[in-house]
Parts: sequence; structure tokens; C-alpha cells
Amino acid sequence: MMQTSPLTDTDTVRRIVADLKGRPGPLLEVLHAIQAALGYVPEGAVPLVAEGLNLSRAEVHGVVTFYHYFRRTPPGRHVVSLCQAEACQAMGAEHLTEHAKRRLGVDFHETTADGRFSLEPIYCLGNCACSPAAMVDGRLYGRLTPERFDAMIAEQGIKK
Amino acid sequence: MTATVYVPRDASALSVGAGEVAQAISRAASARGVELRLVRNGSRGAYWLEPLVEVVTPKGRIAYGPVTVDDVPGLYAADFLNGGDHALLLGPTDALSWFASQQRLTFARVGIVDPTSVADYVANGGYQGLRRALAMTPQAIVQAVLDSGLRGRGGAAFPTGIKWKTVLDQPAGQKYVTCNADEGDSGTFSDRMLMEGDPLSLVEGMTIAGIAVGATQGYIYLRAEYPHAYRALNHAIAAAYQARYLGSDVMGSGKRFDLEVRLGAGAYICGEETSMLESLEGKRGEIRVRPPLPAIKGLFGQPTIVNNVVTLGTVPTILHQGAEFYKNYGMGKSRGTLPIQLAGNIKRGGLVERAFGVTLRELLYDYGGGSATGRPIRAVQVGGPLGAYIPASQFDVAIDYEALAGIGALLGHGGIVVFDDTVDMARMARYAMEFCAVESCGKCTPCRIGSTRGVEVIDRILDGVESERNVQLLEDLCETMLQGSLCGLGGMTPFPVQSALKHFRDDFRARTRQ
Repeated sequence: MMQTSPLTDTDTVRRIVADLKGRPGPLLEVLHAIQAALGYVPEGAVPLVAEGLNLSRAEVHGVVTFYHYFRRTPPGRHVVSLCQAEACQAMGAEHLTEHAKRRLGVDFHETTADGRFSLEPIYCLGNCACSPAAMVDGRLYGRLTPERFDAMIAEQGIKK
Repeated sequence: MTATVYVPRDASALSVGAGEVAQAISRAASARGVELRLVRNGSRGAYWLEPLVEVVTPKGRIAYGPVTVDDVPGLYAADFLNGGDHALLLGPTDALSWFASQQRLTFARVGIVDPTSVADYVANGGYQGLRRALAMTPQAIVQAVLDSGLRGRGGAAFPTGIKWKTVLDQPAGQKYVTCNADEGDSGTFSDRMLMEGDPLSLVEGMTIAGIAVGATQGYIYLRAEYPHAYRALNHAIAAAYQARYLGSDVMGSGKRFDLEVRLGAGAYICGEETSMLESLEGKRGEIRVRPPLPAIKGLFGQPTIVNNVVTLGTVPTILHQGAEFYKNYGMGKSRGTLPIQLAGNIKRGGLVERAFGVTLRELLYDYGGGSATGRPIRAVQVGGPLGAYIPASQFDVAIDYEALAGIGALLGHGGIVVFDDTVDMARMARYAMEFCAVESCGKCTPCRIGSTRGVEVIDRILDGVESERNVQLLEDLCETMLQGSLCGLGGMTPFPVQSALKHFRDDFRARTRQ
């Protein structure tokens, strides 16, 4: 995305850095803002952030890659995060995960060929009394079954 | 007359359809020309009944649940706005045995009040604690917290008052109050519920902490997986500023306290306090070697309180009702109450706040009603992914920090994950190692490398490769991680593994891999 529209994305990153650099310990906030605006943190953003915050590129790269939440590739239109933690395992998360991978035709950290869905593992959504759980674009789902998973996916299809 | 209906906006309730139910109730009211006051409360914590709809009647709040959108026309037909009879009618909420026997101190307002309303908070005892604190000396506030016996609810159970006293005793200058809201343990959701259902109690607790130790800035470090809590907290903070409970002149005292929420980015390790501080500073969440303690050299090198959400959310109650009142609950060195979370394969999952001393068996069967699948409960994991697995033979253990330590387990953040008899404990042990490998910050070798080797060794055992020798190797590896890791992640990952080996040895037999 940086390559196809370098000006726009560069401007966005520069604006975010300028807005937030005065705050204490701003790097995570900057990265969150970039991901919120662009959907991921492009490689090309790293030197811009480093320069703006007076950090080395290695430091910025180190932070981007440390945190699971920051993406380095563009996501699909919808990000489906399936909980893999113990409470969801106790209620069949493993089976649900297999179903999800089959249904979407992708493995974790992959995006469907049509660019509609990215599938991600997540470790606890705090919905452990309504397991198994998933989150789609910030919306939480509980008591999922393969059937409810399919309905959830279909629902996103309508919103496209 | 306007009818008042409560439908939770709690993330878990929304995950099973509370949002759609609220819309349907609202739409049906408009269609029928009924005037409706729809309050979006937190969850009362009986998640198996969610979406739980409550109606205010002269006899108190009447509950219906679990309600689906399809039930809504029937509820209107049954005159539910006046507590009419219906298949989903549960009766007065407070009289439900699940609630009636609880001792809700920290969670007194959760599910009761409108989380967005300062007026509702104040009408239900809110800001009484801060009012008292502002009339006390800093030393007296810290003493009250010490005297209450409150211990860190995040899991480490360190006496809160001692942390506060250490920060208070540092020379004046910039100090910070930070709240660890990186609730990453599977099976726990009490922080989330409190932040969504009664966020002002956390805001008030942090303000009291700031006044007590002379800190003017607070940060809530919230995990990115909790977008609903993020919105609820930001709303509450803005409302508190508006009503002058935050800012340059807290309740007209002339004292300043500012507060903001910072988002984590999906790193379990940032629940460890020094990693959290690194992350708040915008760095990789690698742990710091202690000493110095955060209380002496914490955020940006300044004296810093680091407390969990439930710990800080309990402080207003202690200041309001007094240290004695709080201390009178509990047993032994575990004073007060604990919000316990029943999760996983449990029939009636949710939040039970009880004084320390309640037994695991009471929680699993009296509150929980046994497993969701109806099969026997084989094991429970208490205290998150680093907690030991407890077999059925030990279910009479009391919920008490020392009692659990006595059987080689830990209480942690009070989450209980239930497994029925289909669970494969060798796989759960493998998962513990795998999780540690995914989440290790990489700073120390036993955790970074040990966890990966742990997965490999368990795989070899399950493949039948020199099983005896590899079980011995796994035990040695656990010992190395336990003794040699810098923090609790590598140092406690062995607990679930060792407990699985100890209590469920038969599961570690060679099997044909799928």
C-alpha cells in the first residue's frame, strides 16, 4: 500500500506522528493510530516514525514486531479472531478452529483469496463464561458452534 | 408512567445478543406507544442467563432470561413491563439464590447502575470513599488500606498498603498511579466486567491512590482485546472530569489528579508489572530486573503504584466503609472478598463475589451447577494459564491464597476454568508450554528456549519416543524454568505442567497422533 499510494500514506503517518509526539511515551499510541488509519503498520512507516520520535529504526521495528496486535501486512476486509485459550478449549475451541479454517480455506495469519477475511488466533477475549468466543472487527461473539460461526461469517458478507 | 428496563451493554452479554434484544424491546415499545426508559447496565454476572432483561416494578427489579429477539413479542404480550408471568420469568433478581448468597462489595454496583452516569454512581454510594480520603492525611489513607488487609487482586497477592506506603515515602516529585488492566488470563473477566459495569469505581480508586501518595497522573493500561471497556472507561473519565471528580481541583480540594487510558497491543507478558511499565513508556514489553521496585523507580523512572483493576476498584469501599468492615470478611491472611470467575465447561458460568473461605466445591456445584456438558468435572485450572490443574479429589480446598498454595496451586486473579472428563491433560500441559513460547518476551533463556523445548519433549512423550526418559527430562526442564526465569511467565508455566504430570500421569502415554 505504501508503494501504490506513497504520498497519501506518508502524509497520514507524518500527521499522526506530529499529533502525538508530544505525549509521554508515544510510540505505542502512534502505532495504534497508524494501524487504525491504514489497517496495518507498513514497513515504510517505520523510518518516518523513527525520525519523528527521535528513535532508531531498530527500536521502532523492535516494538512493531514485539506486539501481536500490530500487523505488518494489510488485513482482509474483516478480521476474525478466534480464541484459543483454556476456557474456550474446554468448550470445543479446537473443533471450532478446524471448522473455521476449513470454512474460510485459510490457516491462522492468512487472508482469504478474495481479500474478505483474515483469520487470527487470540488468547482470551474475557468472554470465558460464554465460550467458545471470537471477535470480528471489534465485535464480540460467544457460545459459538460451527453453525453460529457460519451465520457470523454470512452476516459479515452482507455488510461486505 | 414510563417503564424502566435494563438490558446489559456488557461485552459478554452483547456477544450472545443483548444488543439485538435491547433494539427489539425499544422498537416494540415505540410501535406500541409505550414510553420506555432503556438503561444499558453492566452484567450482573450470571452469564448463563444473558441476555438478562430486568424491569423495574414496585416489587423491585424483576428478571427475565435468557431473552432472545424472538421472545420479545411474547414478553410484551405477557405484560413484562409490569412483571407479568412468562416462561422466562425468573422473579426478583436479588432473590435469585445465585445472587442472594453472594457478598458483593467490589461489585456492589455492577449490573445495578448505569455505568455512564456519575449521578447514578453517586446515588449508589459512589465518591463517598474519596470524600473521606480528602479529609484524611496521606498517611491515614495508606494506613486504612494497610489495615484492611487488601492484597493485590491481579494475582501476586502483595499487600496493597505496603506498595502505597513505599511510594508515599519517596521524596516529593512526579509520581504515578498505574492500573494494570491487562487481564490476559483465560477464565478471567472480573476486570472487564468492573470496567464496563462500574468504571467510576476504578476512577475513584485511582484518584484516592493519587491523593494518598501525592501522584497527580494516572494511567490505565488496558489490553487491546477489550474495546468495550476502552469505550466505557473513556466515557467515565470524561464524565468525571465534567463533574470535577478529576482534574486540577478534585472535589474542590485544590488537589490535582489526571487520568487517561493507554492501550496495550496483545502481549500477555505486559500483565507483569515491569513489562507493563515498559509498554506504557512505548517500548517492547520486556520485563525489568528488580530491584529497583516500581514503587521506587517505576514509570519514566519515577515512584509508581501498579495495582490491578479489582484492587483499585475495592479501595473506595474500604475508605467509605472503613478498614475494619472490609477486614471482617475473609479467612486467615486473605481478607475481604474475591470476585471469582467461573468459566469454561460450566453450566452456570459467571462472576461470584464471596468472602475468602468459600470452597472450590461450593463454587463448582452450588453456584456452577456442574459441567455444561453434564459430564463429570475432571480438572479445573485456577489462576489462569500459569495456574495448576486441580483434580476432583482436591475440590474441598478453600479459596484462600495460603490454602491453595498448600496444595501446590495458586489463586491468581480468581479465574476457574472447568474441564470435563474428555479433557486430555497431556495436551493441556503441552498447551501451557506452547502459550509460554508464544508469549515469552525473550529476555531470559529458561522461558524463551525452555518453553519451546517443553513442547518438543511433550511431543516426544506422546509419540512414544523414550517416554520414561523424556518424562524425566520434562520434570528437569520444569525445575530449570521455575528456578531460572526472571519473572512469573517462565517461572510459573511449569505449574500447570507439573500438576498435570502429578495428578494425571496416565494421560502422558504414547498415542497415535492424528
